[in-house]
Amino acid sequence: MVALPEPAAAGAGWEPFLPGWIVLLPLLGFLVNGAAALLAPGRKAIPTWVGPGVIGLSFLIVLANLVSILGAGAAEPVVRSYWTWIAAGDFEVAAALQIDRLSIVMALVVTGVSFLIHVYSVGYMGADPGYARYFAYLNLFVFFMLVLVLAANFPVLFVGWEGVGLCSYLLIGFWFQEPAKAAAGLKAFIVNRIGDFGFLVGLFMLFAYTGSLNFQQVFAAAPQAFTYGSAAITITTLFLFLGCVGKSAQIPLYVWLPDAMHGPTPVSALIHAATMVTAGVYLVARASVLFALAPFTSGLVAGVGALTALFAASIALQQFDIKRVIAYSTISQLGYMFAGVGVGAYAAGIFHLFTHAFFKALLFLAAGAVIHGLHHAWARVGKHPTEDEVQDLRNMGGLRDALPWTSWTAWAGALALAGIFPFAGFFSKDEIIWSVGARGLTILWAVLLLTAALTAFYVARWAAMTFSGETRVPGDVRRHVHEAPTVMMVPLILLAAGSLVAGWLNVAPGLPFLPGVSRFHDFLAPVFEQAEAIWLAHAGEFEHVAPVGGDEGLWAIVTLALAGGVLYAVFLRVSARRLLPAARAPEPSGFARLLYRKWYVDELYDRFIVRPVLRASDVFWRVVDQGLIDGVFVNGSGAASRAAGWALSRLQTGDVSTYVVAVLVGVLILLAAALGG
Amino acid sequence: MLTAIVGGLAHNLSYFYHSHLVLTTLVFFPLLGVAFCLALRPEQARWVALGTSLAEFGLSLPLFWTFRVGDPGFQNVTKAAWIRDWGIAYAVGVDGISLLLILLTTFLTPLAILSTWEYVTRRTRAYYAMMLLLLTGMVGVFVALDMFLFYVFWEIMLVPMYFIIGVWGHERRIYAAMKFILYTALGSLLMLVAIVGMFWLTMQRSGAPSFAYLDWLRVTVPSGLQLWLFLAFALAFAIKVPLVPFHTWLPDAHVEAPTAGSVILAGVLLKMGVYGFLRFAIPFFPNVALDARVAMAFLVLALLGILYAAWVAAVQPDAKKLIAYTSVAHLGFIMVGLFAMTSQSVQGGILQSVNHGISTGALFILAGFLYERRHTREIAAFGGLAAVVPLLSASLVIVALSSIGLPSLNGFVGEFLILLGAFRTHPWVTVLATLGVVFAAYYLLPMVRRIVWNPLDKEENRTLRDLSRRELAIMLPLVAMIVLLGVYPRPFLDRIGPSADAFVTVIRADAWAIEKGQPRVAVSPPARAARPRAQPAQPRVRPEEPPRGSQPGERPAR
Repeated sequence: MVALPEPAAAGAGWEPFLPGWIVLLPLLGFLVNGAAALLAPGRKAIPTWVGPGVIGLSFLIVLANLVSILGAGAAEPVVRSYWTWIAAGDFEVAAALQIDRLSIVMALVVTGVSFLIHVYSVGYMGADPGYARYFAYLNLFVFFMLVLVLAANFPVLFVGWEGVGLCSYLLIGFWFQEPAKAAAGLKAFIVNRIGDFGFLVGLFMLFAYTGSLNFQQVFAAAPQAFTYGSAAITITTLFLFLGCVGKSAQIPLYVWLPDAMHGPTPVSALIHAATMVTAGVYLVARASVLFALAPFTSGLVAGVGALTALFAASIALQQFDIKRVIAYSTISQLGYMFAGVGVGAYAAGIFHLFTHAFFKALLFLAAGAVIHGLHHAWARVGKHPTEDEVQDLRNMGGLRDALPWTSWTAWAGALALAGIFPFAGFFSKDEIIWSVGARGLTILWAVLLLTAALTAFYVARWAAMTFSGETRVPGDVRRHVHEAPTVMMVPLILLAAGSLVAGWLNVAPGLPFLPGVSRFHDFLAPVFEQAEAIWLAHAGEFEHVAPVGGDEGLWAIVTLALAGGVLYAVFLRVSARRLLPAARAPEPSGFARLLYRKWYVDELYDRFIVRPVLRASDVFWRVVDQGLIDGVFVNGSGAASRAAGWALSRLQTGDVSTYVVAVLVGVLILLAAALGG
Repeated sequence: MLTAIVGGLAHNLSYFYHSHLVLTTLVFFPLLGVAFCLALRPEQARWVALGTSLAEFGLSLPLFWTFRVGDPGFQNVTKAAWIRDWGIAYAVGVDGISLLLILLTTFLTPLAILSTWEYVTRRTRAYYAMMLLLLTGMVGVFVALDMFLFYVFWEIMLVPMYFIIGVWGHERRIYAAMKFILYTALGSLLMLVAIVGMFWLTMQRSGAPSFAYLDWLRVTVPSGLQLWLFLAFALAFAIKVPLVPFHTWLPDAHVEAPTAGSVILAGVLLKMGVYGFLRFAIPFFPNVALDARVAMAFLVLALLGILYAAWVAAVQPDAKKLIAYTSVAHLGFIMVGLFAMTSQSVQGGILQSVNHGISTGALFILAGFLYERRHTREIAAFGGLAAVVPLLSASLVIVALSSIGLPSLNGFVGEFLILLGAFRTHPWVTVLATLGVVFAAYYLLPMVRRIVWNPLDKEENRTLRDLSRRELAIMLPLVAMIVLLGVYPRPFLDRIGPSADAFVTVIRADAWAIEKGQPRVAVSPPARAARPRAQPAQPRVRPEEPPRGSQPGERPAR
């Protein structure tokens, strides 16, 4: 007889590989670089090697874990608990990490993109006096981001959540001597805190209803603790979503992200495109069980996402700053992701997050290469350029010849963003549009289709204004524009390759002429199993027809043709047109002006929120605190007591014991009166 | 031979730390320093004060480990008759509520003394004597288990603070000291009325005069008087906390006090108000404190503090004043924790008292560093300091982040526990209080920005020197505690937990008993201490308990 092995569940007993070191390495990097920044800011060798090095090692550990998960087929999350962090009464959370398929995908994106951007930064920030400080902040950011995606409970996730906000704040204001930059960092932090308020209240509600804040316990208890569609789960998820709206820059809290572009460009690529801003999408996916139980909130998530996608894309049409266009694009693409997770297509949302990380990081790094090239050229002619001179699209044009590699890689990113086959964005975006349509949400579906066309418009305009047409760079400067060093170009090329191939991990079966591939979906399926069961029970299967008829294949071709047509038309038109440099260009008029002025939202917020709050502050202090309480009561009673004191001074004897006795007697009389009466 | 000596020493030390002797020493040891300060030459006074306060801290530190974790009752207790005819005794003890506050006091005092090391040049002997006298008063308040003794320490503590503000303060010191003393005298007087009332009631009930805290806990106050006596206590402590609208003494006192005064004022003296509520006002009148209307009134005042003070703080041009208003907001959180009356919220409140002491103390110290460099407290006078004084700037950023409750630093743990617990009993109040989280960023970070960041456009700021060794020696322990309490608060919560949980259960049970006209269950945390440990009911005789600890005919305090 041969002893047959027990038929074990797939991957049971799988052990993660050094999970603690994934987060510890970036923290060590922060400590080393932070010490270097304070003690030896001039020495560049330490940050150059330690900064990217720790992230690279961390990436390798994540990769090893991914490979071993794939090998073992491990589907169940593994929690590693290090110490009890907070315990009081029946509440207890540990400093614990959870390794599962979703967290490892996120960690892979975070460490992979971070590593490339760290390497790029060696070149980009090479001449900056704050070099060591920069890498300290950047390492700290990666640490907090990994804590966020690997957390095993909500409070630890919140550590990462606020921590990345802190690093974002520090890095936006990295060049702190310029008031606009310091102000932008502050704005980001405060707007994010509004979201964090929602996040915290959401946690309090979760604890009140489920008695725990550990992911596994909360998600296991949620279907019993909350009735499907009840007010309790709706309100809880609404508060959580407020946190997501802040962090992921959705309407109405998106206003901080465009200003965040004041930070160094690699920071915009890493924090404000590829990783931190996607945390909100991650949270919805992570808490998919909760959102699946709250159909109203899910609908709102999808609605806010689609609306933001359209709104931000419309603003991007008329921006001239090379970074701001793609910043609004990021807001818009995050809207797509929310639309996906809002209709229960969690894997599709995360898939778009994944591909977006490649091409959006690429677009920012390419913009950085352009800025870098122009900056150096201006420096060569002995001038310190203004931000407009190196960042305004109207001052560029025709850079294709001077920056060939940058131009090609930027176009790869642009095509991926526009959703042009066979680039990554085609596959992931199509899937979201399709999922929204398949739920029968006709208006949202149409909005997302329209946005796809707008996306093609602004990104073609962006790339063409930068690289094609006649150059608008002044003649003497033009000659000195040169390609960025290798250390910056290699990350660009790798990301361009990623933008080309990442989409092929998952090819929706409905697409014509293509083999259906669902590696990405299958990999994440165990994570969303529970939530999908809830969707299935209450909302049914995804309908496999578009709301206006036609199947997925037809509409994929329509979308592609729309985006491709717009892209090509805009490219031709912008390349052929003679544009004026920024200084001589008139402000856009009519509707374009409304877009150029970003729908005047910042002005509205300033008028109706910021200034009233400040004015109220002043009124409270001067009128209530100093006027009413102090002026009338305190100083008034002070004056009264001085008068009384003068009268009573006649009774002064100077003998302390007399006073004590007098006070005691008085008190006793009062008490006796009170008791007797 | 050597082992015998070491063994004997260890035995004696163990005896010392398990008896009241350690508390008694902590209370009276600083007085020795006072004597030396006054006796020696002026330039020696600061060394005496520093040495005394450091020794005091060293003495107090082992208490953290010798304290029996898991015991909700008082430890290291003693009770010796003092004025027998009035039932006044020298009674001290420590429990989970007071332990960390005592350690906070002894931790902050040497740092406070170092913070004005070069600033105080006039009447140095008197100044340092006052600081040490203050230390005696503060520790005394936290350990006293006799109401008369408590009141004596309470008053002892106010006098040095009055002089520290009034003599060594800044320009408007006289006004600030006057305001401080007027407010606190009003509070003291109210408390005295209440104490006399409680004494009278205790005597009426038990027939024997007693000022013993534990005896007073058994008294059921007649319903007509409950509210009034509670309010008398509560008002006295509310002024100290301070709750809005009794807070206007605080900005002036903080601004005008020298750095050390502000540190102690914010770090410890405000906690006396919190402690007063926890120890006296609520336990003496549990049914009043739990009454929905009374609790709501205090919660609303606390909430006002959080939101209103944050609002006012945001527009302060004076750094110290801004920090002072943040105290009002932070203490509002703590009061929400107390009156929400859940295990998490009360534990969070106590922990947050410690956190606030460290963070706000550190903020005042940093404001002092800035003042000593530029002789101005105007926020607008600075800007771009990160470029010239990186260590000072980094300290300010870290401390400000701790104060706004960044998770992984200390402020978050307390705030989170308070709100998490409070949500269970008062969801709406908690939601509004959580708004304070947004506000915290709104008032503190702009200050950081205007001091640390922005252009370095003022000529005077270009030549500022970074932290000296002395200043680093002050900041490092504070920053270390900020990180430790944020990352690993467990040992602290372990010590707070049992007493805080007992507090919540007893208050609830007692309030119920009083409403039903039954004798108070209670009594005190110590009586319950024996229960969970399943010890025999008769009081154990502990070897370390000195024989004079228990009076004949009296129940031992344990």
